[in-house]
Amino acid sequence: MTNSIAEIGDASVIMAVGTNTTSGHPIIGQQVRAAKRKGSKLIVVNPKEIDLARTADHFLRLKPGTDVTLLMGMARVILDEGLYDKSFIEQRCEGFDAFVGSLAAFDLDSVEKVTGVPKDAIAAAARCYASGQPASILYCMGVTQHVQGTDNVLAVSNLAMLTGNIGKPSSGVNPLRGQNNVQGACDMGCLPNVYPGYQPVALEEVRAKFESAWGAKLTDSPGLTHTEIFDSMFSGSIKALYLVGENPYISEANSSHATEAMEKVEFMVVQDIFLTESARYADVVLPAASFAEKDGTFTNTERRVQRVRRAIEPVGDSRADWQIVCEIARRMNAKGFDFSSPEEIMREIASVTPSYGGITFKRLEYGGLQWPCPTEDHPGTPILHTERFPTDTGKGKFKPLAYRKSAEEPDEQYPLILTTDRSLYHFHGTMTRRVYGLNILEKEEMLRINPEDAVQFGLKDKGKVRVTSRHGTVETKVLITDKCPRGMVSMTFHFAETPTNIMTCSELDPVAKTPTTKVCTVRVESV
Amino acid sequence: MKFSDIKKSAEDEWHALQQGNVPLIVIGAATCGRSAGALGVKKTFEEEFQNRGIQAEIVEVGCLGPCYAEPLVNIIKPGGPNILYKNVTGKIAVELVENYIVNDNPLPEYALGTLGDSKVDGIPVLMETPFFKSQARELFRNSGFIDPTNINHYIANGGYSGLAKALEMEPAKVVEEIKASGLRGRGGGGFPTGMKWEFCFNAPGDEKYVICNADEGDPGAFMDRSLLESDPHALIEGMTIAGYTIGAGKGYIYCRAEYPLAVKRLRNAIAQSKEKGFLGENILGGKFNFDLEVFLGAGAFVCGEETALIASIEGGRGMPRHRPPFPAQSGLRGKPTLLNNVKTYSYVPKIINRGADWFAGIGTEKSKGTAVFALTGKVTNCGLIEVPMGISLREIIYDIGGGVSDGGEFKAVQTGGPSGGCLPASHLDTPIDYDSLRAAGSIMGSGGMVVMDQGTCMVDVARYFLDFTQKETCGECVPCRLGTKQMLNILEEITEGKGKPEDVDQLVEMGEAIKKASLCGLGQTAPNPVLTTIRYFREEYDAHIQNRSCPALLCKELISFRIIPEKCTGCMICARACPTDAITGEKKQVHVIDQSKCIRCGVCLEKCPKNFLAVECIAGQLSEGEQ
Amino acid sequence: MKEKINLTINGRSVTAEKGMNVLEASLRNNIYIPHLCFHAELQPAGACRLCMVELDGQRTTIACKTPVEEGMVVRTESPEISETRKVALELLVADHDTDCLNCVQNTKCALQRVADHVGMNLKRLQRLKFREEKLPVDDSNPFFTFNPNRCVLCGICVRTCSEVQGAEAIDFTNRGSEAIVAGFGAKPRIESNCESCGECVVRCPVGALTEKDYERPTHQVRTVCSFCGCGCGLFLGVRDNRIVSAKGDINSRASQGRLCVKGRFGFRFVNHPERLTSPLIKKDGEFVEASWDEALDLIVEKFSRFKGDQFAAISSAKCTNEDNYLTQKFTRAVMGTNNIDHCARL
Repeated sequence: MTNSIAEIGDASVIMAVGTNTTSGHPIIGQQVRAAKRKGSKLIVVNPKEIDLARTADHFLRLKPGTDVTLLMGMARVILDEGLYDKSFIEQRCEGFDAFVGSLAAFDLDSVEKVTGVPKDAIAAAARCYASGQPASILYCMGVTQHVQGTDNVLAVSNLAMLTGNIGKPSSGVNPLRGQNNVQGACDMGCLPNVYPGYQPVALEEVRAKFESAWGAKLTDSPGLTHTEIFDSMFSGSIKALYLVGENPYISEANSSHATEAMEKVEFMVVQDIFLTESARYADVVLPAASFAEKDGTFTNTERRVQRVRRAIEPVGDSRADWQIVCEIARRMNAKGFDFSSPEEIMREIASVTPSYGGITFKRLEYGGLQWPCPTEDHPGTPILHTERFPTDTGKGKFKPLAYRKSAEEPDEQYPLILTTDRSLYHFHGTMTRRVYGLNILEKEEMLRINPEDAVQFGLKDKGKVRVTSRHGTVETKVLITDKCPRGMVSMTFHFAETPTNIMTCSELDPVAKTPTTKVCTVRVESV
Repeated sequence: MKFSDIKKSAEDEWHALQQGNVPLIVIGAATCGRSAGALGVKKTFEEEFQNRGIQAEIVEVGCLGPCYAEPLVNIIKPGGPNILYKNVTGKIAVELVENYIVNDNPLPEYALGTLGDSKVDGIPVLMETPFFKSQARELFRNSGFIDPTNINHYIANGGYSGLAKALEMEPAKVVEEIKASGLRGRGGGGFPTGMKWEFCFNAPGDEKYVICNADEGDPGAFMDRSLLESDPHALIEGMTIAGYTIGAGKGYIYCRAEYPLAVKRLRNAIAQSKEKGFLGENILGGKFNFDLEVFLGAGAFVCGEETALIASIEGGRGMPRHRPPFPAQSGLRGKPTLLNNVKTYSYVPKIINRGADWFAGIGTEKSKGTAVFALTGKVTNCGLIEVPMGISLREIIYDIGGGVSDGGEFKAVQTGGPSGGCLPASHLDTPIDYDSLRAAGSIMGSGGMVVMDQGTCMVDVARYFLDFTQKETCGECVPCRLGTKQMLNILEEITEGKGKPEDVDQLVEMGEAIKKASLCGLGQTAPNPVLTTIRYFREEYDAHIQNRSCPALLCKELISFRIIPEKCTGCMICARACPTDAITGEKKQVHVIDQSKCIRCGVCLEKCPKNFLAVECIAGQLSEGEQ
Repeated sequence: MKEKINLTINGRSVTAEKGMNVLEASLRNNIYIPHLCFHAELQPAGACRLCMVELDGQRTTIACKTPVEEGMVVRTESPEISETRKVALELLVADHDTDCLNCVQNTKCALQRVADHVGMNLKRLQRLKFREEKLPVDDSNPFFTFNPNRCVLCGICVRTCSEVQGAEAIDFTNRGSEAIVAGFGAKPRIESNCESCGECVVRCPVGALTEKDYERPTHQVRTVCSFCGCGCGLFLGVRDNRIVSAKGDINSRASQGRLCVKGRFGFRFVNHPERLTSPLIKKDGEFVEASWDEALDLIVEKFSRFKGDQFAAISSAKCTNEDNYLTQKFTRAVMGTNNIDHCARL
């Protein structure tokens, strides 16, 4: 997030795109509702009638995968009606002319045709977004998990720059990060192309810095992404996998492919707190300590680094992940793994990661710190890009965009679009499926389908249904609801007994390599 | 169209109807008339005219007030007198057509009176009859005369002239006028209306609202319903003037869904008013825009409380909120809101039209204008009456109401419904005004007035009203929710013969606490019926508690039936009728009631032949063997 | 800095901030005024009528709905106020399940506090009729119970649901003494759009809303929730080396004390019997328990054979920064490959 959670409540306009905030990020959802109650305007962009749509001032119910068109259409209205922030664009941005040029293709008639949203509604929402300052955009997987994911994000950024809604309190472009520490895992360089702090592995001077810090020779070729790793396991070029705290069996798109890959790989270590479905394919399983049993830090979606504290002794013979990694490394005679506490590890992180440079456990005792926090006297950064953008020129770059179709489009054989989402009552599943009450509140998978589609495909409420995509098939129960638009069905992926992701499409966004779990065509049959 | 042109054409229509060359039949068909059979009577007239090939006009109007005489039919023959007939049935309708319309016999025995300047032998002048003589029908001037579904009737009788006049005045001047008139809120509270308007006028903000409280919920009260059904445009005009004055663009009429005819007539009137340009955009060609909406209440008594009413319009549960802030500062959706009763708004056009002095000339020093009551209970002439403020209770009950019905003896009069109090005969000369009634322990209320005779048990009356408020409290604040329940429980025990000596003190103590501590008007007034009956009829409580006796012979546990030996002939009728076999006695021998078996159903009293009258009901409990 | 207001409460000169109400100002200055329906995070309702005060020696009103004004003179006690409060308290107690020892809120109950302050008189109390029949308990939610017999209808849960959570799942229903708090149409909470966040349970001043299977922790540890990216501050309650409760951290900048259903009630996976407690090695297709040495040696042996791009590690967005840092460092520095990723895109 460019801004902080607590600022959302003071935004005069909130636009929630591709996020079911009250389910996925309940506490941020509360902030949105609170802002709405105080009088903020709310724009919801989502194919599904999510809870926030109930009170939204503008609910744009677009066809899945048409976000770029919708957002560009809004930009076009803002431009045509002169509602853009001229001085912000002049002083802080570049590439405006090319962007304006690309807007020519997005007249509202064609935008309405592509997105299915009435043009008056688009225009009204655009005016609303542009005229209330500050305006904050929240987005989530509904924006990123598409083949056009990167374009979607750029379209969101274009809109924010166009109206000068960035670098100011309660404004900004705010991706809501899913996992408790997905931000931190990225910050820590658990990405194939960057070291901690997003320092590229391909840059000579960066590599040199890490070689000297770690006392090891490092390779300059970027590694493989998550999906590519499974492809390579499948093809045999990767022979050993160290899988820490993840369950691809339920979470990976086109998961049967991932499962086969796990079967094929020669040696696989799984380190987890439970014997997950994926762990069954492991050669060695290591018992890890849960978050309640170890010290350390998590970095939340607003870049706030916060202290995790050990509340109880590790259960059984389990150990903290950092201890296990150190132990393996030491047994492989590696240097630089003689840590006795997470605090020591953080000291090393701070020394090699400029944005974490000023973060120490001692400072965190008094509350979290938002990075960038380069030095020990730096107060942290609640709002990004207040003066310059992290680009070569320091300016925000407008990106011309064009509409691209999704990888799969409904046809006779697969007439419906399946989109995946998350329930309020579960996280991925490994933890929440083991909390009794949560499984009372939501005990099984349900295919959500529009009443008219249900009639068309002969489905009964609570009846059984077989859902089939090009990649796989599952059986589940039907929940008929008009919260799903016609032509779209949705499922969660929390239930290992109904592994939704064996159906999803492994087509990737070409830049970010994000799989396109939000658009996958399926057919449904009553069983 | 200019207002003068609208008015001219409306007047033409009205005069054409009144002075037409065919007979005009005017039928009182508000809810009261309808429930007495007005629509059937109307149909009979239509059929008769059709069968006989007579040309005639039939018009439905609202309510004229004398409920005891419904259905009321007004017949005006061309060039003839204007005669009002009472209790008209289908049979009487046929007779009237035959004898009066076709021939020329006005059948005086069916007439209630003549209207206007007409004089007919054998028929009194209506306005000189006791029921009408002491009345001052200002608010209800149109009621029972004009067709409430025809806006032109209203306009022809001075309607919308007030609005036209107001729109030419500065809003501040309108406030001045209302203040000068001395008008006080007719919902019961009696707050000076002009001051309320001034608060709203002065409250900052572009968005303001006007709300009419038409959620008439007191048992036995029907003043607002009658006015809405008989003359709905008066309210619309009054609210529009209010909107203009305080700067509101939107108004709501909060009317209970149990008033379907009133709602229908209001909606019809709103549509007509819009069509004529008295509502909507650019009212009467000016810059003022105002829209009105009827909002249906779901029948919760507490929604008559203004803040609960606002919560209900906002879409929430009708729960009151603490005041201040008052709605004039922060009302509907947090905006300044003017909230008045149906009658209050309906006075406004008349005050603007005829001037504050005219209104201030009616009534007393502190209570100006007229008061409207729904006079019911044990009174000969029940009905809807409008009297000048300051008139005494005695005048209302004895002159207008014709005294206690069935020759009964006056015991008490209850005003103000569940929030009001019961006043005894010693207070019959209390003048009707806000302050005198309050001083006596009752309130003006919105206009319910129930007359009670010696057959009314005052403890039971208190129990009845408390049972009502207890069931209708919203449950939000502690004293009202739980206190009324405890008080009700005590009253129930007293009427069931389980009263304890300390009960009355506890009722007073709790009643005072509830009045002081409750959140809204409902709780703050709920103990009134109890406290006033204790104040004026303490001896009845004592009789119930100490003597285990109900002087009104009403509380089953506190009365006894006995057979008077001197009168009993031993006919066995009562013994056979007794459902519990409590009566023993051989034929031709004096019967005896076994008090331990008697359930005091009264069948024996009912069945004892009139020529014997050997069974009597007495206050108190007879012990076994006591006869 | 908010404007300071000077006022006198019970003869003591105190200061308050502009915008505060008299009850807040009084409590802030350690002067207790009996109250049930007031909660600092919610709009005052003025429903319990206990916080009556006398202003400027004249009118009596309720403190929670009266904004402080400069020079205001407040008295929190007077014979009239005491009497009215006594009546209100007695009414509440007569309507309340008084089996206090079996109530989770015993000693922390706001009604007990009021009773303690106002004073109970058994003789007076016995003049009232106690509620005889017990109202049915709403046990429908798996995490908490609503016992209407212990409810004082303060409405804090209703306001919490609308003002804090924004779910608007519950409201008052029925009229008069039958009034209770329930889901729409007097339905059980599970059938409402309750999101089970438990914010109402936390704020219930009496024992009406209580957590199921509650165990009082012996101590609490301040940490961060491990579910989504909001990063809510959490106090984990510990008893016998088990996690028994979770409570929001009011000082957390991210969450300001709030938690969702997972954060508040989802901690029981930690001590779930299926937790892995020992390393496992697959032998002939079956997992067998192994010692750490055995498992680690096997891993070291295999990993040593697959150094370079034949190796990949997938780290976890559930793990700490320190865990993740070391996993990527290990992958890069020890295994010699950049094949490190995690589930960021899922």
